[in-house]
Amino acid sequence: MSESSAENKASRVAEPKLIFESGSEGRSAFYWPKEDGSVEGAIPSSMLREEIAGFPELGELEVLRHFTRLSQRNFAIESQFYPLGSCTMKYNPKINEVVARLPGFAQIHPMAAAELLQGALALLHDLEGMLAEISGMEHVSLQPSAGAQGELTGLMLIRSCLSEKGNPRRNIIVPDTAHGTNPASSTLCGYGVLQISSNERGVIDVAAVEKAMDEDVAALMITNPNTLGLFETNIEAITKVVHAKGGLVYLDGANLNALMGIAKPGHMGVDVLHMNLHKTFSTPHGGGGPGAGPVLVRDQLKDYLPVPRIVEDGGQFKLDSDCPKSIGRVRSFFGNFGVLVRAYTYILSLGGDGLEDATRMALLNANYIRKKLEKSYHIAYDEPCMHECIFTDRIQHRYGVSTLDIAKRLLDYGYHPPTIYFPLVVSGALMIEPTETETPETLDGFVDALLAIAQEAKDDPEAVKNAPHSTPVRRLDEARAARKPVLRWEPGASNDRS
Amino acid sequence: MRYTPHTAADKARMLQMVGLDAIEDLYRHIPKTLTDRAKIHLPEGLTELAVRQRLAALASRNAPVTDWSMFLGGGIYHHFIPSAVDATISRSEFSTSYTPYQPEVSQGTLQALFEYQTLICQLTGMEVSNAAVYDGASAAAEAVLMSRRIQPASRRRVLISRALHPQYREVVASYVKNLEDMHLEEVPFDASGATDAEQLAALLGEDSMCVVVGYPNFFGVIEGLALIKAACATAGAQLITVTTEPLSLGLLKPPGDFGVDIAVGEGQSLGVPMSLGGRAFGFFACQKKFVRSLPGRLVGETVDSEGRRGFVLTLATREQHIRREKATSNICTSQTLCTLAATVFMSLLGKSGLRRLANVNVARAHGAQAKLVQEGGLKPTFTAPFFNEFVLRAPNLNELLQKCAAEKVVPGIALEPWYPELKDCFLVCVTEMNEREEIDRLVRIIGGK
Repeated sequence: MSESSAENKASRVAEPKLIFESGSEGRSAFYWPKEDGSVEGAIPSSMLREEIAGFPELGELEVLRHFTRLSQRNFAIESQFYPLGSCTMKYNPKINEVVARLPGFAQIHPMAAAELLQGALALLHDLEGMLAEISGMEHVSLQPSAGAQGELTGLMLIRSCLSEKGNPRRNIIVPDTAHGTNPASSTLCGYGVLQISSNERGVIDVAAVEKAMDEDVAALMITNPNTLGLFETNIEAITKVVHAKGGLVYLDGANLNALMGIAKPGHMGVDVLHMNLHKTFSTPHGGGGPGAGPVLVRDQLKDYLPVPRIVEDGGQFKLDSDCPKSIGRVRSFFGNFGVLVRAYTYILSLGGDGLEDATRMALLNANYIRKKLEKSYHIAYDEPCMHECIFTDRIQHRYGVSTLDIAKRLLDYGYHPPTIYFPLVVSGALMIEPTETETPETLDGFVDALLAIAQEAKDDPEAVKNAPHSTPVRRLDEARAARKPVLRWEPGASNDRS
Repeated sequence: MRYTPHTAADKARMLQMVGLDAIEDLYRHIPKTLTDRAKIHLPEGLTELAVRQRLAALASRNAPVTDWSMFLGGGIYHHFIPSAVDATISRSEFSTSYTPYQPEVSQGTLQALFEYQTLICQLTGMEVSNAAVYDGASAAAEAVLMSRRIQPASRRRVLISRALHPQYREVVASYVKNLEDMHLEEVPFDASGATDAEQLAALLGEDSMCVVVGYPNFFGVIEGLALIKAACATAGAQLITVTTEPLSLGLLKPPGDFGVDIAVGEGQSLGVPMSLGGRAFGFFACQKKFVRSLPGRLVGETVDSEGRRGFVLTLATREQHIRREKATSNICTSQTLCTLAATVFMSLLGKSGLRRLANVNVARAHGAQAKLVQEGGLKPTFTAPFFNEFVLRAPNLNELLQKCAAEKVVPGIALEPWYPELKDCFLVCVTEMNEREEIDRLVRIIGGK
């Protein structure tokens, strides 16, 4: 008893303070010599603020130690296997980081004249061509900051194109397996959402699209492979149905890592595609951004792409904003250029063959995990999987153990859990995407952990249900966080832990 | 192959396990019409050394501020970044993790975001901040959409200051264009360079949803928010401020002091390299009563099953992965690594350092403006107080720009492409990175001495 209370006390001490709870009045890590120029009278004093109450006052080592300690409370690709489905947590090469920090990339200003940015514009132009080749599409805008902004941009293109033909139409067809961003982007673009169901094999039937498709439908928004990790085998027939009624097809390229060298969206009858460079093209996720979500289109949508367009003219690169049909800008400047430099570096490093190999090994890794776990976990759809595989908690549920419990128990084994409870059409989904950069030994270790958990679920379900046991904090009270939101620290706030 | 660790023996063993003969069997179920044409025709992969050389060659065809003397702002600013910032965001525990869906193993990211939200509240004087959006421009657009969620359907007219960053106005226009109930209207600026308060008052009415102004605005001018807020309040419109240079808030009265409803802006100034304008992040703060209308991620404090403090993503029922088409926004990223850079940056500078740096900017910019007028023979276009950017008129701007370019100097941004009424006017930005000698040199080149 006394031992465990001593342990508790020690762990309380190790609990990190907030940056605002450390430091001392008057301390700063910033030194700047006294400036000659005076600010007296430059700005009327009525326009100036009081000092910022509660703002940090710390030395440099204090700040660094604080954030280094915080970092140690994260799982990350470089420390743990991170098979988060639909997120493509592959290795983020170090060379990408080195080149993105070159002064010729990191220290350039977007308002400088195009003549002073020729290297950057050449890189962007070249990257556009590479992404078009990989996907079989024709024209590219690198401006969108992330996949969801790419979706919105793509739908805006569709809306502008149809409006010019006389009718923007009213609805977007979205399968029930889609990412939540698809319907949300549709709403944001002024469209209604028609949800269609996938069939018992986890894919969309041509008949389902035929039934939903009419002259009010602007587009079908489809993910391929879909979020069940299954290839939409009817895709060619489906896109024909949509086109026959005057609609367009949007492909969510979140799962492009399963397609490189295997199938090109441009050959599927896709009119608009977005890619997530932070997934397929190895740029770091950064704990939730920044990413990049380029949009690719076929020729008939080219004129609607965001401005400015990068055009080559006799070896010189120029910016063209004279595009009267363009949807305009969706972001300031050129998008997340630093992310684009990293993706470009990755493509150069791998080359065409390397990209194809990446996809093949991603498929092999996913199928390997699927096979090794198929006897211990219920497979959602007994179909050949692509780059990710989906299990459910149906077997473990008999012992009162849920997907959430399995995920939390995996943390104790030192693995980041798969994506859970998504897609929504699968009850208790566990969506595993290993990516190509993992060794079979790593996959074996992960599989062994899941097999051990399956055994524990039978023998000692409480150990699983009370997991995690070894993490910096245990299960957190999310209901309390939402009920009484505390979204910031306040000076003098008591930390009422009751 | 690069980054795929599989040996031939690995592949054979794994294929045997899955019961297939060849790698191609993994995608045998995909129509041949697709697989037959799927080859990627790109050059072979390069060695790391060759990649580095290729990228260095491309980088050398740009003009970085390390080689050129630049006085460019207009939404992206050249500021000093302490070494500790990049050291922290380079830690792979931060850079190679995902959105913190598993809070037990994401407390590092979650606590840093909670601290970020607090710092943004302190900086803007607002009550609540989200975990950030893409950039300043999309933040402005999202703020307008948020106002649409708050205001009744009878109010759908948006009044945007013409002195707001022109690219931001373009992005707002793109975002609302497809929402048929929305109307955008421009509010002119006056001779002082500020949003014309009289015209604004005349434009405001019962159908006004919100007013959007820059603070400081695109011309560097510190808008008179008290007057603007009063006009908004009378008409029942919300006030949205957009700050492209958040360092200014280290010194200026923050939006919260004026009762601003939603305060957003670009955060790049706070520890993020310019990098052609991205990576960047949009900060997004509001009054507490609007919290459930916020777009984007929010981190909240809670406790774990043993009573320890911890942090989680919260109020997720606003978001796309739960609410789908009824979500407040489609956004699902928060530019987290950039917000981390800003969090470290603000923590290092701290209470006194941030104000000090803001003061250095004011001193340099105001000193430069006086010299350029007195010794350079240029005329200030506007009269209102400014932070670290100001507009000047040259007798012949093209000639001046060419003269400067010959000396590897970029004196500012020509305004005519966005403001035909401001022919021969240019926007000059002076930060702590523009040394006094550099300013003197600019004055000499322009003054022809």
